[in-house]
Order: sequence, then C-alpha cells, then structure tokens
Amino acid sequence: MIEVRYFAWLRERIGTNREAVQTQAATVADLVAELVARSEGHALAFEDRKSLRVAVDQELADFAAPLSGVREVAFFPPMTGG
Amino acid sequence: MRLSVQEAPFDFGTEAGAFAAAVQGAGAVVTFTGLVRDEGGRLSVMEIEHYPGMTETAIAAMMDQAQARFKLADALVIHRHGRLAAGEAIMMVATAAPHRADAFAAAEFLMDYLKSRAPFWKKEIGPDGAEWVAAKDVDEDALKRW
Repeated sequence: MIEVRYFAWLRERIGTNREAVQTQAATVADLVAELVARSEGHALAFEDRKSLRVAVDQELADFAAPLSGVREVAFFPPMTGG
Repeated sequence: MRLSVQEAPFDFGTEAGAFAAAVQGAGAVVTFTGLVRDEGGRLSVMEIEHYPGMTETAIAAMMDQAQARFKLADALVIHRHGRLAAGEAIMMVATAAPHRADAFAAAEFLMDYLKSRAPFWKKEIGPDGAEWVAAKDVDEDALKRW
C-alpha cells in the first residue's frame, strides 16, 4: 500500500489530496500508468509529465525511482516558494 | 540556525533585530524579506500551499548546505503558508557571517533554493479569478550558478 499525495493544481484536477493505492508498481512511472486509469481527472493531471515533479518518501526523485519499501509518493507542479 | 514554517504573520523588524542581537562572532548580517505583490490590482489574496514535513526537511537541508558552503555564523528562514493579503510578508531569510560576502552569498543561495526546491505552491486570487503561479525558467536557471 502506498500513500499517494497531490498538491496544487494536480490536487484540484484529481479532486483529492491523498489516496491509498494498492499497487505492485516497480517504479514511479509504473505507478503513474496505474493512476491515469483511475479517472479522467487523473488522466488530465498526468497528461504532461514533463511539467510535474515527484517526491518519494518526501524527497525529490524522478519518474524512474524504484518503489520498493516506499510509503509515500507525492506529485506536484514545479515549486514556487520564496 | 532557526527555521519556521508557519501560517501566522511575523514581524520582520523584531525577527531581524533578535537575530542580529543573538548572533556571536559575526561582522555582517544580511536580511531579505519577500512581500505579496498586488500585481497592479490583479491580486488581492495569495494562497500558499505546502507539503508539511517535506517542507521543513527540504529547507533544513538547504540551510545545512549553506552552512557547509559559506562561513556562516547563523541563519534564519521563516516562510508562511495559508492565505496572505497583498503587502503582507511571505517569508524572510537572515544570514550572519564574519564578513559580508559570505552573508550576501548565503542569503542568495537560500533564496534561489527556496524558490525552486522548497515544496510551496502559490495561487493568486483576484477580482478576475484564481490562478496558480507558474514556475519561471529564470528561477530554475538561477540554481546553476551554485
């Protein structure tokens, strides 16, 4: 079970800020392939992956990152702090 | 070093004064504070979302890096989230070092990283609606100089 979290416009498009996902996905990219099948909102949110960032267990990662032993994956647009 | 991610407003003068008074072994203190621009009336409220937990970890790591790269006596980062009105202070950075070059450089370093690597997302809300602020290439490029 992986806790998947969404922020900013991804959260709005998907309609929730988190969901628990039962998955055997080996990498973040595999997980995304499963998520886009969940709803139109998911598909829309993940349409342009180049514009997205991912964090694995709260550390910035990339879509090739392995998910073995991972508890939390977060997706969000590029950050706009400061 | 002190880090605070908070919803409540802060007083820049009080924070800067307390930081400068407490620091030991420094000859230079540099401070920066970011305010919510009203964008010529287009913006009345800025909503800042963040990723609790990761935000603190990411900023603490930036502060450790700044400490390792520059001769810093101390550093302070305060960053707000939630709903902020135009003109309010969003965040501040203070750095203290034996000499000003390190204090300035560390403050710029922290600002560049906060812009693009701390998990905050800004939404501008005004009379014409709401819009997420898009990240700028220039902010991403700014990281390359470090």
